[in-house]
Amino acid sequence: MQQAVAAPSLPTASLMRGRSRPGDGIFAFAVRAAGVLVLLVLGSLILSLLIGGLPALRRFGVGFLFSAAWDPVHQIFGAAVPVVGTLVTAVLALLLAVPIAFGIAFYLTELAPGWLRRPVGIAIELLAAVPSIIYGMWGFFVIVPLMSQYFEPTLINAFDGIPVLQDVFAGPPFGTGVFTAALVLTVMVVPFIAATMRDVFETVPPVFKESAYGVGCTTWEVMRSIVLPYTRASVIGGIMLGLGRALGETMAVTFVIGNANHISPNLFASGNTIASLVALEFPESPAGSLKLSSLLALGLILFVISFIVLAISRSLLRPRLKV
Amino acid sequence: MSATVASAVPGPAKNARVALMLGRRRHRVNTIVKLFCILATILGLVLLGSILFTLVWRGMAGLSLVVFTTSTKPPGSNGGLLNAIVGTLIQTAAGTVIGTPIGLMVGTYLAEYGRDSPLAGAVRFVSDVLLSAPSILIGLFVYAIVVEPFGGFSGFAGCVALAVIVVPIVVRTTEDMLRLISPALREAAIGLGAPKWKVIVLICYRSAMDGIVTGVLLAIARIAGETAPLLFTSLGNLNWSISMTQPMASLPVTIYQYAGSAFDDWVQLAWVGALLITLGVLAINIGARLLLNRGK
Repeated sequence: MQQAVAAPSLPTASLMRGRSRPGDGIFAFAVRAAGVLVLLVLGSLILSLLIGGLPALRRFGVGFLFSAAWDPVHQIFGAAVPVVGTLVTAVLALLLAVPIAFGIAFYLTELAPGWLRRPVGIAIELLAAVPSIIYGMWGFFVIVPLMSQYFEPTLINAFDGIPVLQDVFAGPPFGTGVFTAALVLTVMVVPFIAATMRDVFETVPPVFKESAYGVGCTTWEVMRSIVLPYTRASVIGGIMLGLGRALGETMAVTFVIGNANHISPNLFASGNTIASLVALEFPESPAGSLKLSSLLALGLILFVISFIVLAISRSLLRPRLKV
Repeated sequence: MSATVASAVPGPAKNARVALMLGRRRHRVNTIVKLFCILATILGLVLLGSILFTLVWRGMAGLSLVVFTTSTKPPGSNGGLLNAIVGTLIQTAAGTVIGTPIGLMVGTYLAEYGRDSPLAGAVRFVSDVLLSAPSILIGLFVYAIVVEPFGGFSGFAGCVALAVIVVPIVVRTTEDMLRLISPALREAAIGLGAPKWKVIVLICYRSAMDGIVTGVLLAIARIAGETAPLLFTSLGNLNWSISMTQPMASLPVTIYQYAGSAFDDWVQLAWVGALLITLGVLAINIGARLLLNRGK
């Protein structure tokens, strides 16, 4: 009787073991291999930019970073103008975007009535989902005319005669230029930063806020003294995430920045960024040319800048928003 | 002792008039900040409204059957966007089909196998970097590893570039969703004697399905509107072509070429394309959100 029970279970057990062991091993190997593949993708991305940019870096040396030249006729290329343009537009965009994004996040977490939170939150997230080329077109056909007809002449007149400022708010009021690019970038990064900030604000334990309200704090005092100190690191992480996006944005900027290779103290003057220069010049750069190599070297510089920004952002955000 | 405490902690002012003024100032600041926040939110909504309104207003004017039945033609000859629409569909579909399984496997590795190991930490970090890396760099990368060695721009190269963008998005949602599954479910399956891979494929994937599909939908919405990575890979094509080894048209690249042109009918078509791509992307986004809410 005992044998009869034990006997049928034996072959099944050995069969199962025989079938499941290789299955488990193969599956574990496959998913691990996929993980390694991701590492390889980033590794080869860096390598391909480095190898492609090597001729330019070898030819111009460290001077590549500091040279403002972009002269296809004499084959002299430098990275200074697009690098400065990238940093200026991104930082300017952040200066404008952070207060607005903070306001939206504050409204969504503390002020909005319950029934309004979800629809407004989704609308902001949809704004982040709009493709960047659409921002470019919208900026080119809607913002640029507004800038050239109203804002730029007004600002130029307003600051005329004031030292320093009259040089900053100056330039041909064509509508396109560094300032317009920064404005369009602002619109693009606001929803990103706002959504991250909202998620971060929501991690504050309600007890903290309730006790602050309990001793008579106003909403703003709760935000300033409880929520912001509690979430400071992650809020900065969210801002850095927006900075990363602004640095690498291509299409929206290409449409509105005017594309000229010079550094100007005037905000309304045209300029370029790494991404916009690469997008514009690439079609005119034959394979193997020094120009193409310079563009790839620019790509490497952009990668290094955004890598640093993203790494900082991630180290600040992960502890709060992730498991 | 009580004196030092009283001076160190700003309590209610003894003078009633001062207390009243302080209180008023605090509430005034509060009102100003609240007002600013409401204005900021309205600004955000107005911007979304402005973009949608501009697209509908300018795009509807050129919307006709010709757009969907004819390929792009020289200016002035009543062309459509058929090749661009089909090109976008092909490249988005192929990019998703290539990228999703890889992303799913990487997400599975991070949630089920690697967890907190150093390799998993590195993979997670690199995936996060790829998630936010400028998409133009992914275009340059695919140009270097696919276009240059294989001798020319091709639809296939465009698919590879889009797949590289899909992977980290799917990785993120897959890992998050797998980690949410209750251990009891896994233990029950293991208790029945199921091998680990069967537990993952038959139990975990199934219960995380809504979340994973949401991630894939968001990835599709993201790559359908990508322009920069396609500029250097599938290049764009003004003629009808669905060959994966030839340059292939796509809506975003066609919009980019047409919007900056000097011909009114091309600019008009760019607006139509912009309307189509935005409606598609936003519809997929809303669909993804509905799906996720159904799961909750």
